[in-house]
Amino acid sequence: MAQQLLEVNGLKVRFATEDGTVHAVDGVDFELERGKVLGIVGESGSGKSVTAMTLLGLTRDKNTRFEGEVLYKDENLLELPESRLRDVRGAQIAMIFQDPMTSLNPVYTVGDQIIEAITTHEPTGKKEARRRAVELLRQVGIPNAQSRVDDYPHQFSGGMRQRAMIAMALSCNPDILIADEPTTALDVTIQAQILELLDRLRADFDSAVILITHDLGVVAEVADEIVVMYAGRIVERGSKRDIFYDPQHPYTWGLLGSIPRLDRPKPKKLHSIEGTPPSLINLPQGCKFRPRCPHAFEKCFEEPELKNRVDAKGHLDRCWLSVDDKRGVRGSTIAGEERVVA
Amino acid sequence: MTEPQTQNGEALVQVQNVKKYFPIRKGVLSREVARVHAVDDVTLSVAEGETLGLVGESGCGKSTLGRCIVRLLEPTDGEIVFDGRSIGKLGARKLRPLRREMQMIFQDPYASLNPRKRVGTIISDPMRIHGIGDRKERKQKVEDLLRTVGLSPEHYNRFPHEFSGGQRQRIGVARALALRPKLIVADEPVSALDVSIQAQMVNLLEELQDEFRLTYLFIAHDLGVVRHVSDRIAVMYLGKLVELSPAEELYSRPIMPYTEALLSAVPVPDPDLAEKRERIVLEGDVPSPINPPSGCRFHPRCRYATEICSQVEPPLVDYGNGHLAACHHPLNVDKETLSRVQASAAHTPEAADSSALPQDPGKERAQPVPRPD
Repeated sequence: MAQQLLEVNGLKVRFATEDGTVHAVDGVDFELERGKVLGIVGESGSGKSVTAMTLLGLTRDKNTRFEGEVLYKDENLLELPESRLRDVRGAQIAMIFQDPMTSLNPVYTVGDQIIEAITTHEPTGKKEARRRAVELLRQVGIPNAQSRVDDYPHQFSGGMRQRAMIAMALSCNPDILIADEPTTALDVTIQAQILELLDRLRADFDSAVILITHDLGVVAEVADEIVVMYAGRIVERGSKRDIFYDPQHPYTWGLLGSIPRLDRPKPKKLHSIEGTPPSLINLPQGCKFRPRCPHAFEKCFEEPELKNRVDAKGHLDRCWLSVDDKRGVRGSTIAGEERVVA
Repeated sequence: MTEPQTQNGEALVQVQNVKKYFPIRKGVLSREVARVHAVDDVTLSVAEGETLGLVGESGCGKSTLGRCIVRLLEPTDGEIVFDGRSIGKLGARKLRPLRREMQMIFQDPYASLNPRKRVGTIISDPMRIHGIGDRKERKQKVEDLLRTVGLSPEHYNRFPHEFSGGQRQRIGVARALALRPKLIVADEPVSALDVSIQAQMVNLLEELQDEFRLTYLFIAHDLGVVRHVSDRIAVMYLGKLVELSPAEELYSRPIMPYTEALLSAVPVPDPDLAEKRERIVLEGDVPSPINPPSGCRFHPRCRYATEICSQVEPPLVDYGNGHLAACHHPLNVDKETLSRVQASAAHTPEAADSSALPQDPGKERAQPVPRPD
């Protein structure tokens, strides 16, 4: 019944730099179905944005090497020539970026920018395109869209700019909408508005959404399936319920534990994941999370596979600990308590 | 009742009826045509050793207030008393020795460090400017500071671009600590960081507070983080202080509907809870502070708003236990308390008399006003 829109198989992205090869994405697989929201969660440098940009061919460069495939409508987007890719980009797969300040052109009106997006991909007249631009702005909740369409981006507030970005992304009824940290630069109240908007649009437009964020709280509200990334690879993947109620990877526990929660009593100290993510040029041996993992043991010097280890189908993880051990030790971390040194 | 909010300890900072207006000038003669009411008659105090959280959306004036307190900005009107001295109108020269005692941590760890200077210089510059120690002593101090904030002394000769966001923010903290200040104003110190790094930063700030007996004014828009660090929390909306409360009480018993909405906007990392709870999504943006709405400034977005809210500005009312709020339809207040309340003297807007006090609505709780869609 569910229609599969996008399939990513063994995606690897490497950048050759002066300092060495950056393994930005190292073996990522996922599928995306129509009408679903996939949340990709991870810290800065986990490869989540590079993955998203690669889907649209935005990372193509002479110093970039790709492996694997990105299948969309039986075509591998990685091998599509630039001219063909341009038809897909914006029209069938659209993207909204984190910073609504820098992703709109300050010298064109918001309306012009939306109209351009429409007329580039569809043989519509200027008048018709303008009518649609107004309609789109209205749909994303810009008050007074008829007159605001002629405003410049600086006349919009941060939340409104992000709405305008969403309107532009939706202008050609894309199959897939990629939202890269769409709410990180916004206030919590505006974040709530944007999340509600994304949720509504998924229903109205029947698009699939890839929501990229570092905040698990955000995906809890809207995602159906969640991929947790660390150091360029997927460390855990499963339905929203799997990830929140039966998380299998210590990194996921750490992420869950470090969210300050209002629905629980205040702990003495906030849980934090010690250390920083590894350099993608010089990755640690074995499990990439090992140096920061409080539960690491000898076996972790070999890298575990991403596979199904629990009963729930489709819930994959990359950790050597036995399922029973994990269920025993994870409680305190997820509850946000301070690390218990084993 | 001039300083009703101080719980314990002496007030290190007292802010009295502070206003900060920014003029908008136009034309050849640069005539003032309008004013941005960034901070409009705010009174509060920060006790020595406490952390006061200051919360609100972008444009509510929280950063402006923070900058007025450390006197990066001069208030248009009102009084700021720091450690017993009035500093609201002091000139640059007289302020200089005071600058040692109040420091600031900025939001953006990328923009707040000079990319051409080495970490050692960045951290030791405040000491050099204030003539503390000789070169060797300063270097020793910087190395100690780097250790204190969780970096290593080897980082002394590196440049800011060699560090991650979280590490840069630690450098900013070390710089703020260099002069051993009494007060640190932290303006959204963690909002640019990843969630897991945010927690490290918050814990570090708390440890430092114990170690150096610091007083914090912690400015943020995220109520989740603020809860962890704050003893008391002040909520601002469009230049006005709308609620001030002991930290835990604000979460269990918000009185101002705006606070309720802010709390409900924080995402809950639990899918079942997220589905079940009622989410109050505030419509629209914060109105323009150039021309703020009449009466209660929150009324155009408030779901409880009635006639009176658009006409009379509600005074800040003391509901006991140091919990103040400005609202005509207070939430979570029982009849008994309501009959006892008085306007807190310092906060009563001139226009409001006793009739502006919240009246017993006849029900235990304010009810959302149904609005025609």
